[in-house]
Amino acid sequence: MDKANVVVSKAQTFIPQKKGFMYYLKRDKYLYLLLIFPVAYFVIFKYLPMYGVVIAFKEYNIFLPVWESPWIGFDAFKEVFRTNDFWRALRNTFMLNGLDLLLGFPAPIILAIIINELRSKWFKRVSQTMLYLPHFLSWVIIGGMVLQIFAPNFGLIDNIVKSLGFESIPFLTEKWPWVATYTAVGIWQNAGWGMIIYLAAIAGINSELYEAAEVDGAGRLRRIWNITLPCIRGTIIILFILNIGRISMIGFDRPFILGNASVKDFSDVISTYVYRVGLQSSRYNIATAVGLFQSLVGLVFLTVSNYITNKSGEEGIW
Amino acid sequence: MGAKVSNKIFDFFIILITSISALLCLLPLVNVLATSLSSTSAILASKVYFLPVETTFESYKALLRDNSMIWSLVFTTLLTVGYTALAMLLTICAAYPLTKKRLKGRNAILLMIIFTMYFSGGIIPEYILAKNLNIINTVWSLVLPGAISAYNLIVLKSFFTSLPDSLEESAILDGCNDIGVLFRIVLPLSKPVLATLSLFYAVGKWNSFMDALFYITDSKLYPLQLKLYQIIVNSQGIDASIGENNMSQNVLPESLEAACVIFATVPIILVYPWLQKYFVTGIMVGSVKG
Repeated sequence: MDKANVVVSKAQTFIPQKKGFMYYLKRDKYLYLLLIFPVAYFVIFKYLPMYGVVIAFKEYNIFLPVWESPWIGFDAFKEVFRTNDFWRALRNTFMLNGLDLLLGFPAPIILAIIINELRSKWFKRVSQTMLYLPHFLSWVIIGGMVLQIFAPNFGLIDNIVKSLGFESIPFLTEKWPWVATYTAVGIWQNAGWGMIIYLAAIAGINSELYEAAEVDGAGRLRRIWNITLPCIRGTIIILFILNIGRISMIGFDRPFILGNASVKDFSDVISTYVYRVGLQSSRYNIATAVGLFQSLVGLVFLTVSNYITNKSGEEGIW
Repeated sequence: MGAKVSNKIFDFFIILITSISALLCLLPLVNVLATSLSSTSAILASKVYFLPVETTFESYKALLRDNSMIWSLVFTTLLTVGYTALAMLLTICAAYPLTKKRLKGRNAILLMIIFTMYFSGGIIPEYILAKNLNIINTVWSLVLPGAISAYNLIVLKSFFTSLPDSLEESAILDGCNDIGVLFRIVLPLSKPVLATLSLFYAVGKWNSFMDALFYITDSKLYPLQLKLYQIIVNSQGIDASIGENNMSQNVLPESLEAACVIFATVPIILVYPWLQKYFVTGIMVGSVKG
């Protein structure tokens, strides 16, 4: 060991190697100051409700604090699994999300590829503006429009169907036609917005690839098939994984607003079931148990699908 | 020559498909607009397609005669503006410090935030929390529970990270503290992404329906969407004040509902085309993993 190193190591012993937390707190006080309210937000509004899931294991009484309610173990879960309504809601959740995945997932990809082939810039912009529009409408507004347009007797679709000489179709009042309407409206609302991310991916493709293919005499369909699609494969896979991971999660607004009493067998999903049992019938522990079950199933789906992605050599979500 | 012709045919089909898809997005709204402006007899005779038949403004007059509807519009506008301002402030306050690698505890806080994107307590514990905080039936129940979107926060954080460090360093040498750097240097450079996220927050609040359905029973605090839901989907009819009016007999429920849909859509249609150039870039920033 040479002299210089000894000197350095001796000098280091005089300077404290590890500074206390107070030092950093003082140095970055403004940054911590900025963080106070956001962190408080997450603790209060996200983490306190996570503690609230213990209600699923308690005989919860709204007039007592959570911690004073007696434990009942898995009784609430046992009761949930015995009810037919729960299994129906679970089946419907998977069915409706599955259809969204099967039919709704490819729509934005196809749309992005088509839009990308447009040559006129202004036409591209105008059509994009129109295609994004449904994403910005609330489900209440869409529900209102659907009721109007699919209404028997005066509705637009009914008018068209009748003028073509067909019988009225019960779009909203019979099970399978309702499922078709639900899925179609979902595609209508999402496809344009979903396409943005694929357009971004396509925009990132090296244009030399296209030029080389053109020189080789590849037609436009050939270029889409051999260049565009392989280049956005990663984006497609990651979004597909993300969607599979969320197959047990279903939003509240869309099934609640599009659903009605005559199609309840198909339109009652986990989120509407939780609302009905929990907030309308005040059976808090039952509804919390269902919500917890759904969260855990969702977490499992997400973890497994992410694991499979990473294993298959693609880059997963984490 | 053959290649040229097939190219033309290809272009033709591309334009055709795009036009049909774009029109499919627009025409339902046009039909509802036409219905809202058509006379009762025309609607009953199924004559209304995409143009108003025997144009009349009766349904809008009936709608505007309902004071609670006007109030709901004013209330929802104020709610949206207030909520967006608060949400943006909190999101900025969280996103900026979390870009600083030197900050102790940064990873723990990030992890804590990201975890909430994948797991939540669920509807019932959130409802009970609101009940315990005594914010049910107050404006706060519509503002606080969703005051930060973790997704928007991550988008903003990754945008801040992409800004060059040298600008901030020179400001610090000039005697600026972290908060000064944020407001004088970072935020002015982030206008596009700030506009995008504000749009997302504002549209989200303008369109939100679930929180109001859960937390609000006082009809004075009904946001527009809840009010519309009751008129359109639940067919509870418009406020009694309209029933008292003779005009209501000249207005079909269909046309009144159509007017409601248009009424709630117009503000969004007015705002969003101007922000389109921003949100497309915003989405692209968001797609870069932060």
